[in-house]
Amino acid sequence: MHKAKFVGLAVGLATAVAFGTGSALAQDKKGAPAKKAAAAGGGEQFFPVLSYRTGAYAPNGIPFANGFVDYLKLVNARDGGINGVRITFEECETGYATDRGVECYERLKGKGPTGATLFHPLSTGITFAVTDKSFVDKIPIVTFGYGRADSVDGTVFGWNFPLGGTYWDAADMLVQHVGKINGGVDKLKGKKIALVYHDSPYGKEPIALLEERARMHGYQLLLLPVTHPGVEQKATWLQIRQQRPDYVFLWGWGVMNSTSIKEAVATGYPRNQMYGVWWSGAEPDVTPAGDGAKGYNALTFLAPAGQGQVHKDIIKYVHDKGDATGKKEGFGEVLYNRGMVGAMMSVESVRRAQVRHGRKPLTGEQVRWGLENLAIDQAAIKRLGFEGFMSPISTSCVDHRGDSVAGIHTWDGKQWVVQKDVKLVADQAIIRPMIRASAEKYAAEKKIVKRDCAKESQQ
Amino acid sequence: MFYRENGQFKSSYAADQQLLPILQDRVFMFALVAFAFIVVPLVVTDYVFLSLLIPFLILALAAIGLNLVVGYCGQISIGHAAFMAVGAYAAYNLVLRVPQLNFLVVLVLAGLVAAAVGLVFGIPSLRIKGLYLAVATLGAQFFMDWLFARVKWFTNYAHSGSVQTAPVELFGWSINSPQEKYVFLLAVLIVFTVIARNLVRGHIGRAWMAMRDMDVAAEVIGIRPVYAKLSAFAVSSFYVGVAGALWGFVHLGSWEPAAFNLTLSLNLLFMIIIGGMGSILGSFFGAAFIVVLPILLNQLPQFLGIPMSTAMVSHLEFMIFGALIVFFLIVEPHGLARLWAIGKEKLRLWPFPH
Repeated sequence: MHKAKFVGLAVGLATAVAFGTGSALAQDKKGAPAKKAAAAGGGEQFFPVLSYRTGAYAPNGIPFANGFVDYLKLVNARDGGINGVRITFEECETGYATDRGVECYERLKGKGPTGATLFHPLSTGITFAVTDKSFVDKIPIVTFGYGRADSVDGTVFGWNFPLGGTYWDAADMLVQHVGKINGGVDKLKGKKIALVYHDSPYGKEPIALLEERARMHGYQLLLLPVTHPGVEQKATWLQIRQQRPDYVFLWGWGVMNSTSIKEAVATGYPRNQMYGVWWSGAEPDVTPAGDGAKGYNALTFLAPAGQGQVHKDIIKYVHDKGDATGKKEGFGEVLYNRGMVGAMMSVESVRRAQVRHGRKPLTGEQVRWGLENLAIDQAAIKRLGFEGFMSPISTSCVDHRGDSVAGIHTWDGKQWVVQKDVKLVADQAIIRPMIRASAEKYAAEKKIVKRDCAKESQQ
Repeated sequence: MFYRENGQFKSSYAADQQLLPILQDRVFMFALVAFAFIVVPLVVTDYVFLSLLIPFLILALAAIGLNLVVGYCGQISIGHAAFMAVGAYAAYNLVLRVPQLNFLVVLVLAGLVAAAVGLVFGIPSLRIKGLYLAVATLGAQFFMDWLFARVKWFTNYAHSGSVQTAPVELFGWSINSPQEKYVFLLAVLIVFTVIARNLVRGHIGRAWMAMRDMDVAAEVIGIRPVYAKLSAFAVSSFYVGVAGALWGFVHLGSWEPAAFNLTLSLNLLFMIIIGGMGSILGSFFGAAFIVVLPILLNQLPQFLGIPMSTAMVSHLEFMIFGALIVFFLIVEPHGLARLWAIGKEKLRLWPFPH
């Protein structure tokens, strides 16, 4: 009996292993030779989608992924692809875990006729991990509104694109905003600002800038880390009750945000003195706190909540055809719209790259040119149906971020209301030297040879 | 049939004491090593290297290290990822501050630093045992998590607490491609496996096992508990520290303190429980089980062509993986290594069992 059991086990394991490696083998083999024959054109552009629909961050991950995928479907259904090149995509569940994210990256990077177009890691931890790999694989890493702040410097971070803003920009905007409320940033002297942050690279990114600004303006900075996943914040808010900061900046993600707001209610900390980063200002963050969330503010960039022309198209071409992604969860919400804008900028960068490399499936390296020469102006935004959902953006080989503009929106108990006439632009005079210093350090540690943008543009 | 050792007589002490006394075992092992060194790099894809084989090799090394203290010496530790972190950050700081050092020297030094730290956290084992000790070792985990997240010197004042490393170089050989990483790790792992095998069958290993089986009796026959327990912690931490340095430098390339969190500690512990406590081979089986199986399960529906949402797939992955752990623990509480041993016994008699 024991023997039978053992043999069965052995056979099972053997098939599992053979099966696994065999298929992985097959899938890569399919990708590799086709990559070389890209010029022939297979008519398909492959977009990898790293998403998280499970785990502690799923409430925020689901609407984002839905928006992203819905837009890709729309481009296929409405336009027949990008200038005739059809979009294919595949989702891979990361669960917001860095190791699984890297595994997904490896799994998807070789798929499609030309390999992965570009990656949205959707996690700062995964961004840090795959940044190293991008230099070898030559696939752009697009991290709009997250990722490494210093990756704005395209001469060192040749493949990272923190489009539309980094955490240093966000932190700078928030300080400017509370400064303005007090009648000028110099009035912040002696004030207390608490940063309640997710204890991961994501949450720690803004600290450098907030410290720099604290040196300039003389406000006191309280750093209050919250460990993953962020459901236990009693100690953090006890400190806030004791210290009574004038403002709380919230750098949370997923369930941590709603927990913070609930704790603020319990502590009696006024919500209108709380400011979240743009990842802490979506519907799943405030609705669990009920009425208590009223008055809570957050930055908003690229896409506030609401519906526009593009949403009508999605309903017409995707949802009405019964092809909606994930039960239409979060349609028209902040994160859904942001996922949609992310997909749109990816598609537009491919379209831009096609100008130079031709209307055929492009490799990651060719798409990089599109990302570096992105120029989405107001007319283009209108044409694409995104009016009111993003501001114009243009990038270059040196500047991988492009323009960074954001507003503030406030939760009124039912919906996010964008504050009129608040338009925040980060002060690059402070940020640029920090980026340069940090990027230099990275280049030295990783022994990276810097790109010569002036030379490349002549080619 | 496969294991007929008739006619293999041992006529010298050397023959009696060799690692693999049976000819068939030796042939198999050499064939396996040759296969791993020569055939695997030629046929396997980058994906398999980066996502399966490289993590497997490094975690197998860590599992061997943990097995030395838990499986052989009977001192439970659920904070061993902390020593991986010590190894990784020690190596990072050594490379950063003394860039002339050869990476192999860095590896050994990182291991020694981890061993020293392990020694300190092994001290409670002299007074407490069993579950109480397990809880005490948790202290190592939380202390190291805190240390590397808060004391900026260790991360060279990186503003987000994430450190990055340049590709490893050895005598002018830059270990960059997946194949090179694999071959390098395989070589390191084989060296450390042979050392571990010899340690556990020598007097040191016997002292550990005596301690595990009954500490009072061990003391009576003249084994010093201080020496036995602390040496187990030190050697184990050395192994795990080296594994941590490799995990950081060769596998991750850039990491945050959370890379060595409690989950990793528990995973290491599960590896040796499922693989087999007190078995070097079991460490390999356990590492393969924990590293490779979830990823295979995650891709299975796609291979089979079953359309399924990614959320469903990952829920299923968790459920099946959990069920399999329970299944193996019920079928063979001594781990996969024991199943392997039973299989070998059977093959020895096959096809004519008594």
